[in-house]
Amino acid sequence: MADARLYGSDLTLAYDQRVVATELNVAIPDRSFTVIIGPNACGKSTLLRALARMLKPRTGAVHLDGSVITALPSKEVARRLGLLPQSSIVPDGITVADLVSRGRYPHQRLMRQWSRADEAAVTEAMRATDVTELSDRIVDELSGGQRQRVWLAMALAQETPILLLDEPTTFLDIAHQIEVLDLCADLHEAGRTLVAVLHDLNQACRYATHLIVMRDGQVVAEGDPREVVTPELVERVFDLRCEIITDPQSGTPLIVPEHRRRVSSPA
Amino acid sequence: MTVRVGPWSVRLAPRALLTGALLLLAAVAVSVVAISTGEFTVPVPDVLAALVGEGTPVAELIVAELRAPRVVTGLLVGAAFGVCGAIFQSLTRNPLGSPDFIGFTAGASTGGILAVVAGGSALAVSGGALAGCVITALLVYGMAFRRGVQGYRLVLVGIGANALLLAVNSYLLTRANINDAATAGAWLTGSLSGRGWEHAVPVALALAVLLPVGAALARPLRMIEMGDDAARAVGIGVERVRAAAVVTGVLLCGVAVAAAGPVVFVALAAPQLARRLTRSAGVTLASSALMGAVLLTVSDLAAQRLLAPTQLPVGVVTAAIGGTYLAFLLRKDRY
Repeated sequence: MADARLYGSDLTLAYDQRVVATELNVAIPDRSFTVIIGPNACGKSTLLRALARMLKPRTGAVHLDGSVITALPSKEVARRLGLLPQSSIVPDGITVADLVSRGRYPHQRLMRQWSRADEAAVTEAMRATDVTELSDRIVDELSGGQRQRVWLAMALAQETPILLLDEPTTFLDIAHQIEVLDLCADLHEAGRTLVAVLHDLNQACRYATHLIVMRDGQVVAEGDPREVVTPELVERVFDLRCEIITDPQSGTPLIVPEHRRRVSSPA
Repeated sequence: MTVRVGPWSVRLAPRALLTGALLLLAAVAVSVVAISTGEFTVPVPDVLAALVGEGTPVAELIVAELRAPRVVTGLLVGAAFGVCGAIFQSLTRNPLGSPDFIGFTAGASTGGILAVVAGGSALAVSGGALAGCVITALLVYGMAFRRGVQGYRLVLVGIGANALLLAVNSYLLTRANINDAATAGAWLTGSLSGRGWEHAVPVALALAVLLPVGAALARPLRMIEMGDDAARAVGIGVERVRAAAVVTGVLLCGVAVAAAGPVVFVALAAPQLARRLTRSAGVTLASSALMGAVLLTVSDLAAQRLLAPTQLPVGVVTAAIGGTYLAFLLRKDRY
């Protein structure tokens, strides 16, 4: 485990009095597209927030490149590890280019506010997320899908080798969900380590190279989705009886929930 | 627009620069009018001579002792209110997060009234105002604190504190003897009348320390406007920046009220006006400072001249001018 760039050991995660997880050990394989999945309130977003140093573990520690993450300067961490939070606030009247360029903050100083590297990173991030055309538009006026691409562009402009995404597809329609996930797959192929919390098990199976399945604050299974996703696992984790077939498009597991009543065959 | 010199680079928004230049010009123009005109006109060349001690004794008295310190105090206090308002509006992500609404100004008033009632000197009133502002801020911040401070909690707790303190202020005024009540009442409206260098210099010294701190906080504050997680993700120590910003904002508010009384509306209107003129995203500190300075000096000029020889306290005019202008800008608002 300790050879992964990012891992958490013996984590107890809690908000005030409410303990979400105890004795949690998680390692993110380098250069993987890791997806964390599980039923509501299983602690998956909490785990992601702890990995991103947004939440200080009550016991245990998250390690980045061999150091305890909270012991590293925050700006230093921000050059290696990025986060797309579940919800961020769009500042009034901000343009797309302006928002994306804010991702460069950890690379800047008071007297080095906009280097050529900053400019190149922003241009590339906007190209990758296909928002170059929108660069002068006001973010508030964009559709939900466009806005999510802009936030993703901001995270990309940060140019971190590790990128954490907290439910990046929430509030998007199916086409935009796929668009965002395809983009994530491209980023992964380009050499980044990605960690995402997703709700949709089928999407998780399709895109993840490494799956972490959680329930009640514990990791129930992890590994290649093709190996770990079985009807027994789905029933144990989601209390859902299902059949698993092969996704005709991607060859990955596809979960088909059991129908409560037999459908009468069409006349 | 980017200016690069060797390894250094600074990012400048043309529109913000232009707005800043125009506001600076406006501040100079208002100052010149306020210093050279009035009951006794001093031509501009004589103003300059008087300021360097080469004018006639009368001109020197009027310019250097009466009018100049009043204008300078107005510029500095206006800038302090502008930056203070910008800081708190940014922290709360809410225009209603201004010190006028979240109790800080009211707390400063309570301190000032207590000093008046206790028969304190002008200096004691200023000290009382500063202390009142700081104590109120500590209480409001302390009550709003729960795993960090959320903007809306700060606004809600502040509005509650504000209502309470206004009641206390009214009570103190009704219990005071008639002379104290009149003195306190005049001070409560906020005024620059009779301000000399002894008022201007302390404000200038305070701003010399607080404005650079504010400038250093401006960029991280803008990032925090996107949410705590988003700011932490780019490497900002959110709680540390926020604590530093609160201290800076509270001291600015306290110093301003100590010098000119609780002038309303500048802290609310200046950042909003500045934002609309510069079309920048979120709150900007530098243009808010300039806008505050212009707003307060223009208002003071109007307060002296509009109903001359009747002299209005400047607080009456800031609300009228700032409110009208803000309504005008909001009407054609796109941002």
